[in-house]
Amino acid sequence: MSVTTLRSALRSTGLRKSFGDKVVLDGIDLDVGEGTVFALLGPNGAGKTTTVQILSTLLRADGGEAEVAGFDVAREPEAVRAAIGVTGQFSAVDNLLTGEENLRLMADLHHLDRLQGRRRASELLDRFGLSGAARQMAATYSGGMRRRLDLAMTLIGSPRIIFLDEPTTGLDPRSRRDMWQIIRELVAAGITILLTTQYLEEADQLADRIAVLDDGHLVAEGTPDELKRRIPGGHAQLYFGDLAGLDRAAQAIGEAARDDGTLTLRVPTDDSPRSLLALLERLDRHALAAERVTLHTPDLDDVFLALTASPRHGQDSPR
Amino acid sequence: MSTLAYSFRDSATMMRRDLRHALRFPMMSISSIVVPVLFLLLFAGVFGNALRAGLGTAISGGATYIDYLTPGIILMTACASAETTAVNVSTDMTEGIIARFRTMAITRTSVLTGQVIGSGIRTLISGALVVAVAFGLGFRPTATPLGWVAVIGLFALLTVALTWLTVAFGLVAKTPAGANSMSLLIVVLPFVSSAFVPAGSMPAGVRWFAENQPFTPVIETLRGLLTGGPIGHNAILAVAWCVGIAVAGYLWARARYDRSQPAALAS
Repeated sequence: MSVTTLRSALRSTGLRKSFGDKVVLDGIDLDVGEGTVFALLGPNGAGKTTTVQILSTLLRADGGEAEVAGFDVAREPEAVRAAIGVTGQFSAVDNLLTGEENLRLMADLHHLDRLQGRRRASELLDRFGLSGAARQMAATYSGGMRRRLDLAMTLIGSPRIIFLDEPTTGLDPRSRRDMWQIIRELVAAGITILLTTQYLEEADQLADRIAVLDDGHLVAEGTPDELKRRIPGGHAQLYFGDLAGLDRAAQAIGEAARDDGTLTLRVPTDDSPRSLLALLERLDRHALAAERVTLHTPDLDDVFLALTASPRHGQDSPR
Repeated sequence: MSTLAYSFRDSATMMRRDLRHALRFPMMSISSIVVPVLFLLLFAGVFGNALRAGLGTAISGGATYIDYLTPGIILMTACASAETTAVNVSTDMTEGIIARFRTMAITRTSVLTGQVIGSGIRTLISGALVVAVAFGLGFRPTATPLGWVAVIGLFALLTVALTWLTVAFGLVAKTPAGANSMSLLIVVLPFVSSAFVPAGSMPAGVRWFAENQPFTPVIETLRGLLTGGPIGHNAILAVAWCVGIAVAGYLWARARYDRSQPAALAS
């Protein structure tokens, strides 16, 4: 998770795009370091897919600039295409071809020679657990298999930068974890990944940096920890056995919120060992015996809601 | 390899893909043969005698009706195949595979060119099968070997023209069903041409349309080559129409391919 990224794999400034009257992207600035995972996090309709489509040369921006692998997406799209791979939320596999034929099609289009193509295809089928289904039409594949095939097709060309547009949307938990594992392996191999997701956990698990996209605007950007720190609300939860214990603790600790129903006391704290130790020592000094302590750090859900829940209407320049 | 060599290689790859689809999912190809054959059976077998009697000397000499009809049916085969192409391309668009191709460093028009060549091969095969069926039903062409070469050449040119046009339909349409509807224009147009009855036998307004629409000179040229009737300047008109449609279809398809966003994400 090092953030010593001097070279950018991908950079955009002031990216804008409208469809008719609808402004879909309203000035997007991104900077993704080489070999890192960057997550674009946002709800449906936030502009994630449009961003990916512009950066992957599928769409032209109305304004702003973008460079991918050092090439301008508008002026040098061919060079960009040679450096990237795209796996979309609509798995772009050829349903009427088998898994193996899909991969060979990609190998041919990447101009690998016949033998090389076959070898690469069978390697990838193995690696993604698709060898058994290699001779079956992709139309018969499950959702998870299709995504894996889709990603395998992207990898045939050995791209340096991969766009993963909602790679796990609609997958069952098991397939999602498989996909995460695959993504981690790609990162370990030095590939830069721009990931879009509406799952906070996914961004937290995979990304070095996260940008929160809402209604065409970037509302926050940082490491998962930085984002979490932007939200106050870390606390320790102390559970007591009876009301008397809770009473005494509430008196002793002062700045805490008590809940008589669950016999708990919420004490504001960050998640450093020092502050926790101070809290426990305080309990000990007053001979208070809590039955259980849990720590709650704000998760990305809190961040997400706090950053995007405010009504945007009437705001012209949000940042 | 040079850009041109890559372009050929990519086109060949895309053509193989199209032909593999045709083998894997033959219903579409079969239906593009079945429709013309059904019309052949209906018009030659059922209406044939009545039409022949009614047309009298409007069709040349002692020609049988199936001799008159078959050139038009050959043209309909190209139309029905082109409809298949529109649906195939549109399906590719909605399934996102064309979006994938467009993010790859493939020479730009190879995806489309490969599709057109693949469709062309399918259509030539369909055409040959339809002619064989017509022959079985009594079609007796009198064409010379050179005449046959010209027939195949014109049919191929027509196929290229219609295929480029329907590739554009497939790229423009939002759904495969929409692509199918757009192609109906091409499938219906032969009915208001000299395919089934001579344009001269039609009421004035319809007749003007039938005489001046692109399919009529193509049919008249095919008919002249196959059964020895007069061709006149129909040949030049036919080639001009085909080249015009091919160029327009190519430019339209190319522009849509370069610019359009994937249909599946357009909403």
